[in-house]
Amino acid sequence: MTLTMFTLNAFYGLALAMNMFIIASGLNLIFGVLRVINFAHGMFYMFGAYITFTVAKTWGAPFFVGVLAAAVALGLIAFVVERLLLRHLYDKEHLMQLLFTFALVLLMSDAAKMIWGTDQYSVGYPPGMGGAVNLDFVILPQYQLFLCVVGPLIAVAMWFVVDRTRWGRVVRAATQDREMLAALGVNVPMVYAAVFTIGSALAGVGGALAAPRIALVPGMDATIINECFIIVIIGGLGNMWGSFLGALAFGFVVQFGTVLAPNWQDVLPYLLMLAVLIVRPWGLLGRPETGH
Amino acid sequence: MPSHRQLIASAIVVLLLALIPLAGSRYAVDLTTEVLIYALFALSLNVLIGFTGNISFGHAAYFAIGGYACAILLTTYGWPLALALPAAVVLAGLVAAVVGFFCVRLTQIYFAMLTLAFAMLVWGIAFKWKEVTGGDDGLTGIKVPAMLTNHVNYFYFTLAVVSAGIAALWVICHSAFGLTLVAIRENSVRAGFIGVDTRRMRWAAFTVAGTFGGLAGALFGMYHRGMYIENAFWTESANVLIMVLLGGIYSFVGPIIGAAVLHLLQVFTNQYTPYWPTVLGLILLVIVMVLPDGLIGLARRVKARGGRS
Repeated sequence: MTLTMFTLNAFYGLALAMNMFIIASGLNLIFGVLRVINFAHGMFYMFGAYITFTVAKTWGAPFFVGVLAAAVALGLIAFVVERLLLRHLYDKEHLMQLLFTFALVLLMSDAAKMIWGTDQYSVGYPPGMGGAVNLDFVILPQYQLFLCVVGPLIAVAMWFVVDRTRWGRVVRAATQDREMLAALGVNVPMVYAAVFTIGSALAGVGGALAAPRIALVPGMDATIINECFIIVIIGGLGNMWGSFLGALAFGFVVQFGTVLAPNWQDVLPYLLMLAVLIVRPWGLLGRPETGH
Repeated sequence: MPSHRQLIASAIVVLLLALIPLAGSRYAVDLTTEVLIYALFALSLNVLIGFTGNISFGHAAYFAIGGYACAILLTTYGWPLALALPAAVVLAGLVAAVVGFFCVRLTQIYFAMLTLAFAMLVWGIAFKWKEVTGGDDGLTGIKVPAMLTNHVNYFYFTLAVVSAGIAALWVICHSAFGLTLVAIRENSVRAGFIGVDTRRMRWAAFTVAGTFGGLAGALFGMYHRGMYIENAFWTESANVLIMVLLGGIYSFVGPIIGAAVLHLLQVFTNQYTPYWPTVLGLILLVIVMVLPDGLIGLARRVKARGGRS
């Protein structure tokens, strides 16, 4: 593999990783605070991509209006779902929450079929981002470059909000002891609703940003949710930087796997995850469970 | 040992099922065959969920391994059924033992995620190992012994195997081992304190569940004369989980009832509307919101209320 090929593949791997991080970080945030594994996260991602298609292609609005629309729409859907249904399930077993999100997957998959049918769609690169940057020894496409900037920005923004603001402290406290937090006068249910909304909006944004790179087809949700699971498990459930690392590992393994072992690129991420779990059962940055 | 009443009731159920082909409807025979296979599949999962309290989200993997292995041994290698079926079941059990070894190191939601991940690895292999599994075209044209090509014969074969499988599971679940599993479900810390090696017991439960799941898969593959990668996908794992929950996890027969109700409901719904996922989603919402102990739990509650008034 020449330096040019290596750089190009590493770059594509990075772009994929950053796109995946945006989606997986939402899943991870929701799990970290609510302790709910949201199977519908992939569906939220798919809706994000489809909504971007409708806004940007069908209605002809600028691409980034589509991204914004996806974020707002998914945040809204998530907020309503959380307030009406999910909040009644926090005290029940994990299994019930899991099944609830699976019910969402089923209902939303049929809704998507009714709204968008089963055709394949594509969203072009936004104007001014379809080109490439020439670095002499390698030519890097602009849109992927853009993803490589947005991913770390979102990571830093999330770190700042969660680790450096008062609201972030409240969120972290909610993961530790909800009852004590409520006793201190914090409206814990609204914290949960906000986290679920933000996490789901991230799935919407991730889907919107993925839309120019991929073909929009029914079933894209099922693939992505598995990949997100791999990423958050590799990184350690509930750990944001873990998800970042997991996304990087995933992106590089998939990209180089596609080049070096073209038939097996879909299996490699699972092997990577198994390798990590055998050495560190709680993921790279995860901590062992604390009993109960 | 089962009480006389239970034995007689089971014998009557098997006898009644055996009479179904006499009605002369191929549709009824096929539908019952499918329900029997799913009943065994759901019951095998409940060894983990209802008896041990471990939620596996990747049970389709063992179903698929049993199905694919049996199909490949019969078709590609021309083994006789008497060898292929046990070999497939043993293989499913072995894989479950290996996967279980890693999974039981974790508990709760982490355990569920890991079972899911291993199952998706199995799916990935079925998808990509085209030369052996047929990839996404599926493995079709499975060679079933001539004696079983007739659907009524296959029904009796399934009835016999599933009955034997359910009986074996009944014995396992009501043995000292089964009671130990219940102790782990109720309070694993306390079970550990009284000297139970909880991790090993959970590992054993995982292996048992995988083995019988494999048996159900083998029956399924031969019935459909084909195995497809969808059979290994996580939605299939979710489906069987829903069967178990719909029936009720805290009773032995619950999953059987859940499998029957869900499968029949799916078949009938598909005759009227392509929107089965919506129907299933609504059923799930009902389970989650108001029926967490399943149909059996509902029946018990209704009975209890009737008794009081």
